[in-house]
Amino acid sequence: MTGVSKVFGRGSSAVQALDQVSLEVMPGEFTCLIGASGCGKSTLLALVAGLEQPTVGEVSTSGGRVAVMFQEPALFPWLTAAGNVEMALRARGAGKAERRQRAAELLRTVNLGDFGGKRPHELSGGMRQRVALARALAQDADILLMDEPFGALDAMTRDLLHDEIDRVCADRSLTVIFVTHNVQEAVRLGDRVVVMSSRPGRVIDEFAVDIERPRRIDSAPVAELAAQITDRLREEMSHDAR
Amino acid sequence: MPANGVSGEIDPFGRNGVGSSPIAERNSVPAYAEKLAWLESQEAPGSGPSDQRGRKLAKRAWASLWPKALAIIIVLAIWQIIHVSGWKKDIFPGPGATLANLGDQLKTGLLWHAIATTLERAVIGFGLAVLIGAVVGALVSRIGPLRAAFGSLITGLQTMPSIAWFPFAIILFGINTTAILFVIVLGAAPSIANGLIAGVDYTPPILLRAGATMGLRRLSLYRHLILPASLPAVVAGLRQGWAFAWRSLMAGELLVIIANQPSLGVLLSTDQDQADMESATAIIIVILLIGIFVHTLFSMADRAIRRRWGLVGSS
Repeated sequence: MTGVSKVFGRGSSAVQALDQVSLEVMPGEFTCLIGASGCGKSTLLALVAGLEQPTVGEVSTSGGRVAVMFQEPALFPWLTAAGNVEMALRARGAGKAERRQRAAELLRTVNLGDFGGKRPHELSGGMRQRVALARALAQDADILLMDEPFGALDAMTRDLLHDEIDRVCADRSLTVIFVTHNVQEAVRLGDRVVVMSSRPGRVIDEFAVDIERPRRIDSAPVAELAAQITDRLREEMSHDAR
Repeated sequence: MPANGVSGEIDPFGRNGVGSSPIAERNSVPAYAEKLAWLESQEAPGSGPSDQRGRKLAKRAWASLWPKALAIIIVLAIWQIIHVSGWKKDIFPGPGATLANLGDQLKTGLLWHAIATTLERAVIGFGLAVLIGAVVGALVSRIGPLRAAFGSLITGLQTMPSIAWFPFAIILFGINTTAILFVIVLGAAPSIANGLIAGVDYTPPILLRAGATMGLRRLSLYRHLILPASLPAVVAGLRQGWAFAWRSLMAGELLVIIANQPSLGVLLSTDQDQADMESATAIIIVILLIGIFVHTLFSMADRAIRRRWGLVGSS
């Protein structure tokens, strides 16, 4: 991503969501984007996913396939959990037998082996988000974009899903861009934490996370780095306020 | 499950077992899988044991039946009171005589023949309306210029009283079934098209984004995402379309009387000519019952979809 700017609207009502953002993510790297709301994190993901086009600049995924997880699970309510995973396989042109088998495998991967026949409304919020993860994995993408996927979940469920994300991403050496406004979560998961400023969105700082895995969200090194990053964010926000 | 957390183990709160609160201790589970199972047991909505299901069903059937039975009793009672009061005594029949008349008519082949003719027209007319409404709705909802051109025309047609089409239809097709079917289609198709258009418009954007990132495009996007997402609105459109079709059909059968083809409209019209109030009322009851029956079918379809989607509580 080089020199990317994105402007929504035109004339006096135009809003600059991103200003000259350059960001390079290595294959297999887990990058967390953090910043106050309105800093263009979600816009950035939409650009990488190809859902939006940049106004200026260039976004390249080097031909890698991109899958997205949203804050809401965005499951199709008329399909079962397995049906939702199979839909992603069907979109790739997989045959019926392969779809069934792969969907069952993927649901086992996210520890939902017994829940394939349930409809989304019969599952809890955490389970739905795990189905969404299985569906994203079904796309066989090289790059996984996550837009505050656990923002609506309680702390316990989130903690559990962090373990799963860790495991799944390491197993598949996925390249991940993970957007969050939770600093601890970013440090818990990321190889690198990128801090963005608000209106317009800019990259203002980067922190490498050299903490050995498996990590815990409440361990001392995680808390220490999180505190550093929070200080940096506060500093930025007080600039804005002035 | 151990009585308390052992040092080094992780409880669901992510805290260390030692020195944690009594609540955390009670809930502490060592292995990941158990932790998961524990969480799910806390979260997953439970389903009741099956032996209770039968009783529940009977209870629900009774709960939905008794108000209907009460309504029928109240209507019959009011009817009987009016009859007993002597208002228009010579021509206004009581419920007893009318229901006896209905019973007699049901024993003859004529009423059944008429019901068959009318229902056949209803099915063919409504089927054509569904076909045409679906094609028009699909095209108009997806093609911008078509929508600009025909969107408001479809809504306009929907508000048009379909009986106004009969002179046009009779001049065009003559006194025959085609004229009736023509008006049914004009009455019902706009509602069906509008239902589909509304469904397409209200497909949740988040699902469209999810579909786009999955690689669903054009036809597969329509087939696997937009159409199923539109289903509730489509059923609402079908239900409304049916109401219009049934009204148009009744109007048509009263206006377009075809010789040697008994239909409910023809029977009603004959009763009017012969001032046979008992028979006319009996036919009206038949028409009402058919309307209620079909409406119930649509309600059941609607409820089945809503249950499947989790839009209603299980209680």
